[in-house]
Amino acid sequence: MSKPLTIHHQDTLEAHADTRLPDPHQDVFSKTTLGFWIYLMTDCLLFATLFCTYAVLHNNTFGGPSSRQLFDLPTAFAETMILLVSSVTCGFGMLSALKNEKNKIIAWLAASFLLGAAFVAIELTEFTHLVQEGHSWSVSAFLSSFFTLVGTHGLHVSVGLLWMAVLMAQIFWFGVTVFTFRRLIVFSMFWHFLDLVWIFIFTFVYLMGVI
Amino acid sequence: MFGKLILDSFKHEESQNFAVLMMLLTGVGIIALISYLKLWKWLWREWLTTVDHKKIGVMYIVVVLLMFFKGFGDALMMRLQQALSVGDSHGFISSSHFQEVFSAHGTTMIFFVGMGVVFGLINLIVPLQIGARDVAFPFLNAVGFWLFAAAASLTMVSLAIGKFSTAGWLAYPPLSELEYSPNEGVDYWIWMVQIAGIGSTLAGVNFLVTILKMRCPGMTLMKMPIFVWSSLCTMALVVLAFPILTATLYMLTLDRYLGMHFFTAGGGGNPMMYVNLIWAWGHPEVYILILPIFGVFSEIVPTFSEKRLFGYVSMVWALIMITVFSFIVWLHHFFTMGASPDVNAFFGIMTMVIAIPTGVKIFNWLFTKFRGRVHFTSPMLWFFAFLLNFTVAGMTGILLSSPPVDFQAHNSLFLIAHFHGMVIGGVLFGLFAAFTYWFPKFTGFFLDEKLNRYAFWCWLGGFLLAFMPLYMLGFMGATRRLDHYDASTGWHPLFIIVGIGAAVLLCGASIQFLGLFWSIKNRKKNWDHTGGDPWNGRTLEWSIPSPPPVYNFAIIPTVDQIDPLWAVKRGQAPEPQQRHEDIHMPINTSMGLYIGILSLVFGFAMTWHIFWLAIVGFIAIVACMIIRLSGKDEHEIITIAQVKETEMAHLRSMKAHE
Repeated sequence: MSKPLTIHHQDTLEAHADTRLPDPHQDVFSKTTLGFWIYLMTDCLLFATLFCTYAVLHNNTFGGPSSRQLFDLPTAFAETMILLVSSVTCGFGMLSALKNEKNKIIAWLAASFLLGAAFVAIELTEFTHLVQEGHSWSVSAFLSSFFTLVGTHGLHVSVGLLWMAVLMAQIFWFGVTVFTFRRLIVFSMFWHFLDLVWIFIFTFVYLMGVI
Repeated sequence: MFGKLILDSFKHEESQNFAVLMMLLTGVGIIALISYLKLWKWLWREWLTTVDHKKIGVMYIVVVLLMFFKGFGDALMMRLQQALSVGDSHGFISSSHFQEVFSAHGTTMIFFVGMGVVFGLINLIVPLQIGARDVAFPFLNAVGFWLFAAAASLTMVSLAIGKFSTAGWLAYPPLSELEYSPNEGVDYWIWMVQIAGIGSTLAGVNFLVTILKMRCPGMTLMKMPIFVWSSLCTMALVVLAFPILTATLYMLTLDRYLGMHFFTAGGGGNPMMYVNLIWAWGHPEVYILILPIFGVFSEIVPTFSEKRLFGYVSMVWALIMITVFSFIVWLHHFFTMGASPDVNAFFGIMTMVIAIPTGVKIFNWLFTKFRGRVHFTSPMLWFFAFLLNFTVAGMTGILLSSPPVDFQAHNSLFLIAHFHGMVIGGVLFGLFAAFTYWFPKFTGFFLDEKLNRYAFWCWLGGFLLAFMPLYMLGFMGATRRLDHYDASTGWHPLFIIVGIGAAVLLCGASIQFLGLFWSIKNRKKNWDHTGGDPWNGRTLEWSIPSPPPVYNFAIIPTVDQIDPLWAVKRGQAPEPQQRHEDIHMPINTSMGLYIGILSLVFGFAMTWHIFWLAIVGFIAIVACMIIRLSGKDEHEIITIAQVKETEMAHLRSMKAHE
């Protein structure tokens, strides 16, 4: 470690504060992160609703295939590992941001992006495979809830990919500023959250589905 | 190219053609008036692009008033139909159109009047009461409003183009599924509720952070005004409940658009799943509507009793208890589903338990008046009417909470009388009280008190006439959503009384509407000469000029007790120090408006299956967000000199009016 750690959001407080009063009045950073935590909780509840629905409907196969016949555990495990590693690379990106190393941030984010894209690609392949074999979402309530729960997570990851692309461009043009740092923090919260949701999907949908 | 949209979609029944014509004429009239007065630039600069919470609050209330007249019109049509359509007569609207009317009435009143009232009031009052210059996320706040406005506009569009849902305000499946509602009505409903719901979630996040992070120095949680406490609880409910609504509508959308089987009768779907989910949102929703009103009366009663609120701490805990309990009573909306007696008993008892904190609040208000100097102003009149109606409707609610009684009375007009007592006697009367109470704060002059009183007596009398007979009709077996009945039922006289009651309510609403313009015209006569504290108020919003300057507080107050302004007046707290400073305020942006318009386009296109337009609209929304989130500083500085000048100008205008 040659350079000491500097926390960038702190030394920029005076320049971008809302008012000249002391805290808690103008700490945009803490407001944004708290706001985003609350947003994540709303998203968490959205997933909770989908999980509940899956729990209620997962045996309603209506003559169609059940989870035991469809799910491929090794693929799901590979997806899990890819997403977990992408969270790690995202974390390294944050450490680079603390050290203000612009190129390293972009490199780590690019790694996360590729891993995330790989995850989405595997998921899409799995879905296409299922549909081609005649097990589409309109076959039974079980398949509807499966496609919706897993697909909604995949949609979130795709949104995360778009967000990451925008962030990389912003870091490239603006460097680490108070704004881009804030957006990076918020993004990394989002990305880790998706990881967490996936762990639940892996456990409750795939793992318990094949046992 | 145009999806399911065809020329026939523009053809309607006569009553609806009339409504569309009126709507178009009003729209054209307003546009002509704005052009004639050359107000477009002003409208754009001061309102459409604003991020000021006060102006956003006013715009919420304006949308609420417009939507209120639409929902009220629906109600009048239903009551007229029921007074006419007996025996051989079939009234003036067909039964299929009647179904659209009651669905539209419920949707409009809950999502666009009730929710608008909540967010309008919170926008206007909360930052002023916590001594803040702004909200936590001003842009997000604007986006939330414009989504709400876009959804309200979609309701208006549905009046003119195509049919509305006939599946009631909550669109229970399997009726709301493609198989039984193949036309665009339910899709309209889904998209307007979805867009408004997402706006509500965003607004909820904004105000939670605002209240938690932006209180002035010294204002600990237990020193917040009760209105702020009620807003905090409401926003917690919004944030916890609305995602369930979003997810539920999302699944219904997938059923209808992609042929999934969540709630269908076939394919292994489970319609009762929908009913459970929608009420897991829907029951907290009714508390989202009423909690802020509890807060409103907790401000009004102490002010007009010149006495500190009785039992502040018990009030806070009552609010928190209601917030928690509201999530474990949802099943009482469908006791007849066939759950086991144990399940029904649990939810019945929980429903009775939730009446306890509500009772605590009622007694607290009563004890606040005890030995106070009670001023019988019109906000207090609304309070008395609220107390009467809310208690009666609350007691009938307790009756319904017992499953055996509910089996008899569910789906009858008894239920309708119960919950209209809550939403009219509670939410609406509370809005009127709040409107009268805070009107001088945001305009600098009073509403005409005499007209207020006329309107009040019309509302109280009209309400009793229009809803008390419904309790009797319910016991006599009249079901809700009834467009025709037999003369031998003996219901006709009561329905005529109900119709007369509705007409009296119309008188009340008209007096208020005209009274608003009358008061604006005669504002010189009704000027508030105190310059900011017309009611001898207790909380911080009365310590600043009326109307408040853009930055609200020239000097951020420091607080050390409940009712800080009252303490200053009584000499129990020091006068605030006069040290001015530069103030950073967010700058206007048109992005919120664009996102709102694009959401309207998106919702419309999805409803009519015009998918290319939906994709274009969606991509444009994403582009707007990326552009906004790539910007830099969103603030401007108001210098000390400008602040001082604004404050002096207020003093000068006060002198001029004396």
